[in-house]
Amino acid sequence: MLRLENVSKYYNVGTVNEMCLFRNFNLTIHDGEFISVVGSNGSGKTSMLNIICGSIDVDSGKLWLNDQDITNMKEYKRLEKIGRVFQNPAMGTCPGMTILENLSIADNKGKHYGLRRGIQKKRIDYYREQLSLLNLGLEDKLHVKVGSLSGGQRQALALLMSTMTPIDFLILDEHTAALDPKTAEVNMELTNKLVKEKKLTTIMVTHNLRYAVEYGDRLLMMHEGKAILDKNGDEKERTRVEDVLDIFNAISVESGN
Amino acid sequence: MTLLISVLEQGLIYAIMALGIYITYKILDFPDLTVDGSFPMGAAITALMISRDMNPLLTLPVSFLLGVVSGICTGVIHVKLKVRDLLSGIIMMTALYTVNLRIAGRANLPIYNKTTIFDNEVVNALVPEPLRQYETVWIILIITLIAKYILDWYLRTKSGYILRAVGDNDAIVTAMAVDKGMIKIIGLAIANGLVSLSGCIFAQQQRYFDASMGTGTMVIGLASVIIGTSLFKKITLLRVTSSVVIGSVIYKACVAIAIKFGFQSTDLKLITAVLFLIILVLGRERKRKVKADA
Repeated sequence: MLRLENVSKYYNVGTVNEMCLFRNFNLTIHDGEFISVVGSNGSGKTSMLNIICGSIDVDSGKLWLNDQDITNMKEYKRLEKIGRVFQNPAMGTCPGMTILENLSIADNKGKHYGLRRGIQKKRIDYYREQLSLLNLGLEDKLHVKVGSLSGGQRQALALLMSTMTPIDFLILDEHTAALDPKTAEVNMELTNKLVKEKKLTTIMVTHNLRYAVEYGDRLLMMHEGKAILDKNGDEKERTRVEDVLDIFNAISVESGN
Repeated sequence: MTLLISVLEQGLIYAIMALGIYITYKILDFPDLTVDGSFPMGAAITALMISRDMNPLLTLPVSFLLGVVSGICTGVIHVKLKVRDLLSGIIMMTALYTVNLRIAGRANLPIYNKTTIFDNEVVNALVPEPLRQYETVWIILIITLIAKYILDWYLRTKSGYILRAVGDNDAIVTAMAVDKGMIKIIGLAIANGLVSLSGCIFAQQQRYFDASMGTGTMVIGLASVIIGTSLFKKITLLRVTSSVVIGSVIYKACVAIAIKFGFQSTDLKLITAVLFLIILVLGRERKRKVKADA
């Protein structure tokens, strides 16, 4: 369980551009939940993910992970139990290294990166098997540099890499936004399959309202640093894209967009 | 023939330094100017130890370790104190100038008629008189190859993989729950260790230490790396480290040819700078063409 307790975050403190993104923001994420988060630009979606991962500090408030205070825990330490896929496919893989090398690095997450051989030969079959599940033909390209793959292939690989070791949370930051509609669909299906199979607690930020409604079991809409909509279970099931769009339009008019 | 041997000797000595630059410039993407100070540091400590008649073999690990320490300092300045990469190197380079003078005790320390790794009882007993003139180049070749193979091995370990990942995409390193700052420090440490080792061998081959001998180290190393990696890009059988070693020899050959054509040895730095500029521009042209093809 992850709990954000009275979290506040200000930007440009002390200047005319001072902006309050979160004021006493509270959110509880239960184990096994798959949360879709929607909201307009600047509503605080990505900042929320950054706060959870530790990429940005909070100005006040606390973060609790299973009753452990992780507010001041360093980003890299937190990420031991968090997998994250970014909007930009280039962020989740090493372009200058081969698929095999990338997977070997990911496979070792949480363990010591010491002087043992980089590639464990006996793991190669396992990598092949995992890659073949992606249905992209990557299992035959183990020695190809990741930089020469397409965005969709790289994103699928990034997804695989971030879920390879046991993690508590999967963070998806608009991970299909940079892909073409067809590839986005494939990646979204793949994500859903992985999340279900590994029973991952997932937070997915997306601009695609259909994905937000179709996938996941909890829907969150962010606006000006607040969760203005939070639907669970049956309530979420009954929500249609049009409903979300209506609220979206209403708040957009209100804030003059 | 003597010219060829001297090119090989110097090229191979500088190759060890170029391997260090390869780590910082190509793998870490960190323009590390510390090398202008850590190269003469290896020479300074070596000249001091040799002038005190210490075992010349000891100079190798001692220089390497001193280089490692200077690399760690640069890394800490950059990572922990958050100083920009280029500036961290310049700070350390400047500081090391004084450190080197302190180590050697003066600005110029010759070590003629002393026991070195090239001139000692063991080597003299093993190598017959007529082959003496080739003995230095063989010893240098062996040391350079050992350094290259150890680096090759390291880059294929888990630690080596994560080092390569830091330069490639440091977000991945953080995602793997590894402190990327620490990895950068390790990379800088190994790189400067190699550079200092190179300075150690250079001092024994030239038989002196000079406080200003480090000026331009970075440029020479970069030139070697760029020549090596861009000339042999197409040959996949050749490891990058081997390309760098060959690049360093080619670079020394270019300089030797320039001097042969009437330039003075005092013109050396200018030749270095111009050569480097040419290589840099040519290397960039290549890159552009590749992009246009794709």
